[in-house]
Amino acid sequence: MSRIDLVDLAHSYGGNSADESTYALKPISMTWRQGGAYALLGPSGCGKTTLLNLISGIIAPSRGKILFDGKDVTPLSTQKRNIAQVFQFPVIYDTMTVGQNLAFPLKNRGVPRRDIEVRVSEIAHLLDLTPHLNRKATRLTADAKQKISLGRGLVRSDVAAVLFDEPLTVIDPELKWQLRSKLKALHLELDLTMIYVTHDQTEALTFADTVVVMHDGRVVQSGTPAELFEKPAHTFVGYFIGSPGMNIMPAEVKGREARVNGRVISLKRSYDSLPAGAKIEIGVRPEFVDIAKPAPDLLAAQIERIDDLGRMRFARVRVGDVKFAARLRESFSSTDGKCGLIFDAAHVHVYADSRLVEGTP
Amino acid sequence: MEKTVNQKAWLLVLPVFLVVAFSAIIPMMTVVNYSLQDTFGNNQFFWNGVGWFKELLDPSTDLGGRFLASLGRNLFFSAVILAIEVPLGIVIALSMPREGWQVAACLVILALPLLIPWNVVGTIWQIFGRPDIGLLGYALNSIGIDYNYVANEFDAWATVIVMDVWHWTSLVALLCYAGLKSIPDAYYQAAQIDGASRWAVFTAIQLPKMNRVLLIAVLLRFMDSFMIYTEPFVVTGGGPGNSTTFISIELVKIALGQFDLGKAAAMSLVYNLIILIVCWVFYTVMTNAGAARRVNEGAK
Repeated sequence: MSRIDLVDLAHSYGGNSADESTYALKPISMTWRQGGAYALLGPSGCGKTTLLNLISGIIAPSRGKILFDGKDVTPLSTQKRNIAQVFQFPVIYDTMTVGQNLAFPLKNRGVPRRDIEVRVSEIAHLLDLTPHLNRKATRLTADAKQKISLGRGLVRSDVAAVLFDEPLTVIDPELKWQLRSKLKALHLELDLTMIYVTHDQTEALTFADTVVVMHDGRVVQSGTPAELFEKPAHTFVGYFIGSPGMNIMPAEVKGREARVNGRVISLKRSYDSLPAGAKIEIGVRPEFVDIAKPAPDLLAAQIERIDDLGRMRFARVRVGDVKFAARLRESFSSTDGKCGLIFDAAHVHVYADSRLVEGTP
Repeated sequence: MEKTVNQKAWLLVLPVFLVVAFSAIIPMMTVVNYSLQDTFGNNQFFWNGVGWFKELLDPSTDLGGRFLASLGRNLFFSAVILAIEVPLGIVIALSMPREGWQVAACLVILALPLLIPWNVVGTIWQIFGRPDIGLLGYALNSIGIDYNYVANEFDAWATVIVMDVWHWTSLVALLCYAGLKSIPDAYYQAAQIDGASRWAVFTAIQLPKMNRVLLIAVLLRFMDSFMIYTEPFVVTGGGPGNSTTFISIELVKIALGQFDLGKAAAMSLVYNLIILIVCWVFYTVMTNAGAARRVNEGAK
């Protein structure tokens, strides 16, 4: 039960080298509040597992501090940190029964026997493991084994946070959904801080109330799923979240107008003081671009193929050299694939060197 | 479907049959033949039926007494070296480094005794233990311990056991090390998270994960020590008295020393049978363990 602060935390597997670009985790400072459900989202190798292992103390940071409730825990070992972690692959103790597995973390900490029994039966009930409590854990399926691992993470009521490192990788898709909902319910019930590492955006967006997107060892944005969708702070977030991802294209931006291929796209906000020399791009989600008949005032594009996602159809088009995705309405039809693009001004964002620029209204 | 009849196919089996016949069946049947007869030399043989086998299992006769006594020594020897080598091998495996150049160094040093031929091992220890010129024997005597493996039964046993431990503990250690290396890091990390003590890590993770290689180690060491011949023969020659005379040494004495072919044949058949049974147990236990493992992994 505590707040976790990371102060200028960084890690390099090659020791404390001077070259920051080789760091697995570049310096970050952020706060995880008590009781939050966080998802750490990013592609493989972006540093999310490193960050998790730093918080749990499995690896020691090259730099910076970790505070639990304002108390510096950086030099403390994992055992003393009061934290729980669930790993990608199920870890169970072969010789023990399911019940003994769940009781193990409590037994090691000298919790009285009666309290252990109460807590174990409570967690077993929440995870539907009650019928298996007296069975040997080795004989169970991978799903059940991973539930045991989850259970061992959740069984301690006093932990500062429970960390999940892609815990549902080995689970069947159907059960995955169930277990994720279960975790969400457990979060509400147990009032624990949970940090959930994943590279699957659906998993992150459904589980967490705050999603932290990482890219190349940095946190590029942290916010609610809606914020990430509507206002990506970095072109990477726009591209990584959403399917298909955000459209990014180079543009000249001046005041309330963006210029692409000589056509003007109007903007909702005014951008007067863009940094000089920066690479200026505009980004817009495919959901906010419509396809229409070619017209002189519209950005001309060529349809290359159409993806039917069931509830929505997206057209993959080409504007000059830039690939683009746009929503395709039922009514639209074209024989030669030539079309024009209509932008929803409120959802066109401007990026300077990949970072979002806040315009003035 | 109609089966093709082709008697020529027997020709394909013939070479294997001939090789096996000359390498195993014919020598084996010769031994069986000897075991049922008695000889007084001059190539004269007399029918004795199962007489030798009866004597062999009757402790009151000379043959039975010698056989059962040496069988007892064999079993005691195997029990002692297992009780020492298995725990020692585990401890060595646990204290070995996990990465870096030290791993290679440790593996080479551990493997050295395994590479030395049996009779060289025997010779090394025979000289090493001599009270007059051997480093060990001389050192022990000069600090006041009256050590002489030629005269004292306890010293002879101690020498043979220490020699076997020196020669074979590496095997157990290497097998255990392989078992330990196969444990994923996540187990140790989870144990850290769960607040497990060093002892709990050993009993809850390392020992259960090592049990299969330990089984192999125990069975290999049992069979090997049960068949031991060369090293004690070189070091003590079975003495002092008969105190370190194991079955194999007894067998050679009877067959080649006394030229009692009938007795020796009967004894070697029983000896062979015991080893066959142990092999069968080994095989059954191993395949069952393998099957249980497959069932487990199939469930994953």
